[in-house]
Amino acid sequence: MNKTFLYETHLSLNAKLVNFSGWEMPINYGSQIREHNEVRNNIGIFDVSHMSIFDITGKDSKDFLSYILANNITKIVEGQALYSLILNHAGGILDDLIVYKLHDGYRVVSNCATHDQNANWFQSNILSFDAEITYRENLGILAVQGPNSSKVLSSSVSKQLMELTNFTFIELEGLFVAKTGYTGEEGFEIIGSFDLLSELWDQLISAGISPIGLAARDTLRLEAGLNLSGTDMNTTNNPYESNLGWTVDVQDPDRNFVGKEALYTLKKNNSLKLVGCILESKGILRSGQKIIQGNREGIVLSGTFSPTLQKSIALIRVPNDFEGSAQVEIRNKLFDIKLVCPPFVRKGKIMV
Amino acid sequence: MTDTPPDLRFLASHEWIRLDQETKIATVGISNFAQEQLGDVVYVELPEVGAVLISGDEVAVVESVKAASEVYAPISGEVVEINNALEQDPNLVNDSPYDGGWFFKVKVEEDHQENIDSLMTTENYLQRLEEN
Repeated sequence: MNKTFLYETHLSLNAKLVNFSGWEMPINYGSQIREHNEVRNNIGIFDVSHMSIFDITGKDSKDFLSYILANNITKIVEGQALYSLILNHAGGILDDLIVYKLHDGYRVVSNCATHDQNANWFQSNILSFDAEITYRENLGILAVQGPNSSKVLSSSVSKQLMELTNFTFIELEGLFVAKTGYTGEEGFEIIGSFDLLSELWDQLISAGISPIGLAARDTLRLEAGLNLSGTDMNTTNNPYESNLGWTVDVQDPDRNFVGKEALYTLKKNNSLKLVGCILESKGILRSGQKIIQGNREGIVLSGTFSPTLQKSIALIRVPNDFEGSAQVEIRNKLFDIKLVCPPFVRKGKIMV
Repeated sequence: MTDTPPDLRFLASHEWIRLDQETKIATVGISNFAQEQLGDVVYVELPEVGAVLISGDEVAVVESVKAASEVYAPISGEVVEINNALEQDPNLVNDSPYDGGWFFKVKVEEDHQENIDSLMTTENYLQRLEEN
């Protein structure tokens, strides 16, 4: 099994480790709810080095990304980041990722479970371009998230971080620091060598900052209404039924990209949507449960207990005209749910 | 670390049962190992008072943030009390699995009492956990 450079450190912090797509990762350090609340109310640090970093260089790197990404790479300049889907030729979602425009070339950070699929996909599609892609397995990623993250990192790393706006980054003294995240709070994702990141991790932990496991990362992202690739969307889903039509840029008639042709039909015929819901009674929404309104059905994609709302919430895929309330089937019984627009929580505030 | 009381009996599915010899009322809960595996418990669905359980039946569900998990009746009998405190504070299952985090109590009829004796002792259960 793969281990991150912080494996021993996690053990010494009493992490409970689980197999996460072939990586032995901390799921919690005692209580995932306490960790969740710590990020919502204060600050926390995550080891997310299981995620994949690819650097793309060469004359045609922009053309390659323009072809492979569903969002338009020309929207960003050096120092900026962009969220994008990668689609297959049928318009199905292969994965989502963040791409950063470096001084020379680009950096892509994508999911761990899809690493092999993405590596092969990039490699086979880059052949017709004068560009090269490198998997940066010697770099790690830490996420520092929470309302106090700017304050803490600007004093421990650099004052310049105070000025970073969302979806921008800077490179300083070997650390690549981006104002991005997966929690719905202000925060940073920091890429660097194992040595530098170990130092930063130790420094922040000694300062009393809590380590946060992947279980809290999941409840934080769900409250933030952020899709999890593979769970909320996969190759059988198109962007329109995944609440991600806004990331698919079909405006430019001169830009051809993988999946574009299929998207026209998919958009025209789309009959489903991805929305949020709140369970009105006690109990927990879980992936796969049936949503019922009248004689029609939808499905729970990811569900959990929301520590912030103190109720169960979920992302669900339902027919386009489902509105208001519906019911969910849990262990052969029906319970009322309320449909809402994600996010559930943003910057510490309940939005629904 | 939660100490495991020596006087319990266990199912392989991690439920514990304690029989009060005088009242013939047995208390049921889940083990410390089970609560650790589940993580933060956020909801417990309990049987109703008066329900008649058959040993081996699914009688309760414990939901952590992570997953839902069935609880099986370790013994047959009528439910005489449920732990209402779990409704307000399901986290008791994590904090106090052998005490404040109990699930329900069953009146055990005489013919069923020896079934309890056939369950794993605390010592056997802990040994089994170690081996796995």
